[in-house]
Amino acid sequence: MFLPALFFYLFAGTCVGAAVLVVAAKNPVHSVLFLILAFVNAAGLFVLLGAEFLAMILIIVYVGAVLVLFLFVVMMLDVDFPELRKGFLQYLPVGAAIGIILLVELILVMLSWTIGPDVQQAITTPIPPLATMPNTEALGHVLYTRYIYFFQIAGIVLLVAMVGAIVLTLHHKQKVRRQSIGDQIARTKRTAVEIVKVRAGQGL
Amino acid sequence: MIIGLSHYLTVAAILFTIGIFGIFLNRRNVIIILMSIELILLAVNINLIAFSAFLGDLVGQVYALLVLTVAAAEAAIGLSILVAYYRNRGSIAVEDINLMKG
Repeated sequence: MFLPALFFYLFAGTCVGAAVLVVAAKNPVHSVLFLILAFVNAAGLFVLLGAEFLAMILIIVYVGAVLVLFLFVVMMLDVDFPELRKGFLQYLPVGAAIGIILLVELILVMLSWTIGPDVQQAITTPIPPLATMPNTEALGHVLYTRYIYFFQIAGIVLLVAMVGAIVLTLHHKQKVRRQSIGDQIARTKRTAVEIVKVRAGQGL
Repeated sequence: MIIGLSHYLTVAAILFTIGIFGIFLNRRNVIIILMSIELILLAVNINLIAFSAFLGDLVGQVYALLVLTVAAAEAAIGLSILVAYYRNRGSIAVEDINLMKG
């Protein structure tokens, strides 16, 4: 019966360890790979909580697309990374102090609250029990009906991000020769084909 | 032992703090700053989904999905800005970003 606890500590410990190494790694490619490890373990935590759709979405979309994009950019930019790390040790004590204060505050808050008694009635979208429908279907039931506006706005956000990324980075080089589809289609037989009578035995 | 809500919230709090710590330490390295922001957003997602599971409310997962969407969009735009900056300057030391030169 201790298996859920074992898996929780395994996933949580690896996630936190990988997060520390993201920040502390010298090589930025290592940082991205540790971030991928942190996300995969967080997906494991999501599965333990019963949100398996979001766990898989995290791995497929977030790790598989966004962090791979990070990896591309890190490998593409030829940067002098040791020079960028120069201020590391100088900021370490201040950063650690602020981080520890923040963590202590968060844990103090967490230890001293309880869930109010009237929260149970205030639940907007109760999770149907697992026997009736799986998590994906339950999300589908609410996402396209009650939360359709959020869904559509999320789509528009993604569209804007896509347009923005293209506008920022598309770079037409002038010297590159490209196809002109209109010219290719506008060819007529007269301009494209020329019939030459060739006498037998004599070339062109 | 029973893993309760506080365990998940502790993990999220630690990840959040590591993300903020990362932004503090790597002030000059924009890529690590972007990755620390992703860690912060992951901590928020863990929080949302932990509450969704322990209160039995599905709206936490819907909101986590939207946070994921926005995080992906922001990562894409941040990296595009970085690439555009690199094309123009040749380095990603964003300390020079307030220089009017060039």
